[in-house]
Amino acid sequence: MMNKRSEFDVEINDTKGTPFIDNAKISARNVEVFYEKKQAIFNTSIDIGKNQIVAMIGPSGCGKSTFLRCLNRMNDTIQSCQIRGEIKLDNEDIYARQQDPVLLRARVGMVFQKPNPFSKSIYDNVAYGAKLHGLTSNQVELDDLVEKSLMRAGLFNEVKDDLHKPGTGLSGGQQQRLCIARTIAIDPEVILMDEPTSALDPIATAVIEELMIELSKKYTIVIVTHSMQQAARVSQRTAYFHMGHLIEVNDTNTVFTNPEHQLTENYITGRFG
Amino acid sequence: MSFSVTVIVLFALLLLGYFVGRKRSIYVSKNNTKPLHSLPQYYGYLVALWSCLPALLVLLVWTALNSSVISSMTISYFPEQVQQLSKDDLSLLVNEIINLSESKEVLQDSMKQAVVSKYLHLVELSQQLKVGVVFILAFVGMFIGFRLIKPHTRARNLVEKLVRWTMVACASIAVLTTIGIVFSVVFEAHQFFKSVSISEFVFGAHWSPQGAIREGQVGGSGSFGALPLFVGTLLISFIALLIAVPLGLMSAIYLSEYATDKFRAFAKPMLEILAGIPTVVYGFFAALTVAPFIRDMGESLGLQPASESALAAGIVMGVMIIPFVSSLSDDIICAVPQAMRDGSYAMGATKSETIRQVIIPAALPGIVGGVLLAASRAIGETMIVVMAAGLFANLTLNPLQAVTTVTVQIVTLLTGDQEFDSPKTLAAFALGLGLFLTTLLLNTISLYMVRKYREQYE
Repeated sequence: MMNKRSEFDVEINDTKGTPFIDNAKISARNVEVFYEKKQAIFNTSIDIGKNQIVAMIGPSGCGKSTFLRCLNRMNDTIQSCQIRGEIKLDNEDIYARQQDPVLLRARVGMVFQKPNPFSKSIYDNVAYGAKLHGLTSNQVELDDLVEKSLMRAGLFNEVKDDLHKPGTGLSGGQQQRLCIARTIAIDPEVILMDEPTSALDPIATAVIEELMIELSKKYTIVIVTHSMQQAARVSQRTAYFHMGHLIEVNDTNTVFTNPEHQLTENYITGRFG
Repeated sequence: MSFSVTVIVLFALLLLGYFVGRKRSIYVSKNNTKPLHSLPQYYGYLVALWSCLPALLVLLVWTALNSSVISSMTISYFPEQVQQLSKDDLSLLVNEIINLSESKEVLQDSMKQAVVSKYLHLVELSQQLKVGVVFILAFVGMFIGFRLIKPHTRARNLVEKLVRWTMVACASIAVLTTIGIVFSVVFEAHQFFKSVSISEFVFGAHWSPQGAIREGQVGGSGSFGALPLFVGTLLISFIALLIAVPLGLMSAIYLSEYATDKFRAFAKPMLEILAGIPTVVYGFFAALTVAPFIRDMGESLGLQPASESALAAGIVMGVMIIPFVSSLSDDIICAVPQAMRDGSYAMGATKSETIRQVIIPAALPGIVGGVLLAASRAIGETMIVVMAAGLFANLTLNPLQAVTTVTVQIVTLLTGDQEFDSPKTLAAFALGLGLFLTTLLLNTISLYMVRKYREQYE
């Protein structure tokens, strides 16, 4: 027991590795998040590079999902949640007073842990965002956009004859790709993925991972995952969170082969978490 | 020993049976190499149930059949020639005997006196026999239960099985009651349709159920066209829904999506209190406040509203059913998964866009179910309409006119002194049947909708 305690007492005030890079798409500085009195994120700073996939790993309840939801201000929908610090998207403070969170979320899309298609047809699920933001001016353009988005999400061939059937009738993996299609239909700059494959079987997971790599050519992707293999397979950089602290950020390879911090090493070698 | 004392003693035996059974099973399990199948309290339950249930059942059946068996036996004590009398006269005679036996006077009529004493003897005997049989059964039951405390008796499973049958019995009481009510209504309505044709009842536009008071009275034959009543009912219910659906739905959306938790905790019970106000209170609110207000408003607009109007009744009824719509819709909107909201917000939708385009469509079947439930409530409502809409059967769609509804007419048909086999009285059952079919249809549709809704997120 004493031994375990000392593991947690390791110095965790500074983030190890290389949290800062040039040409960052998103740069977070000194972010702290509180739920009422309880602090969920401590003094976290990290850069997320353009067209990169950044994986966030760590034990349950370590704050990685909370941090992810700061990046598109989804935490605003939780009344008790308070955020301090600074997050910049293309050098623009997303928490600035003049920022409209609704417009921000159109630029920073999000895919959730559990596939959450709306109870509408497949077509309407994908067309939803485009209709909201007036991205198309007529039906032909909209049809085109829906087809293209489904195509890029690798779902079109499976559903092209069933576009007007309910999206909730698809299998789990198909639903998740539908949610990805829905997200890329509004052409965001960043896509946040919160454990996008944790509810899926290995085959559906493999399809989505391929899709992520394909999408990263065009979008910046931040993914939260519980699977270290997944982080290793898809991401260029990996961030390790522990109890609300960002412990270490580095190239994925370095994190998994040569972690600097004791906690990171414990986690990736499976000693806890 | 009276019925209640017998039941109390049986209850005491139940407790005794439990403790004896429990004690015995603990003893048996200690002195036996093979362990008992169940825990001691299950053997306790088993002994308790054996000692109480058969006895209780016999007691109930005996009590239920007692009077009819005794009366038929009483009849057999009458002399031959009396037994030739008609059934009605015989039952009158039996009633007389019962009354006489209670008064305990010595009678002049020796024949009757003899029967009365025999009757009293019979009652006494039945009472003693009943108590005797019940207690013998109780003790025999307890003994059987006691003997059952053996390792291979699956007391736990037996008790479980009994619990299941108890549930079945409870459920069947509700179901049988429903069936009974339906049958009695159908039977009486059938009687009614012997004298009035179905097509006249359903499509006739004239309702005037007053029959002839004296022989050969002009225009006193009564006419039973129920169309104005059903139109009146639907008109008032429609007005009520027109009020309740927008108000209820909007308040549900506000409460579930916008209101803070604190306000919601205060406002939702307040809204639900509306459903707890007795309808008669709504009734005088309608008659004394809303109806005069509408009359004055109508007059100032140059219309000629009746002092009692469909509009007044409809508005108040609408207020009454707001909680049905709002509370059910609120529950259903809250049941839409948060993930679906998050999905919409993450697409850059505002709160109202999310509500209009994602939440309401997802919750719609459930909301429709709630609205239909409110509608069947409105259709069955009586008190408000009696007080605010009037009694005159008027075939009109003008909400400013006085109309009457099916329920109100049922009340007026069955109150006061009536011959029970006249078409006027039986018409109430035909109306009841019509009303029942209407609400049954609505409830079926709403249940179907709710069920369909339930399957949606899986």
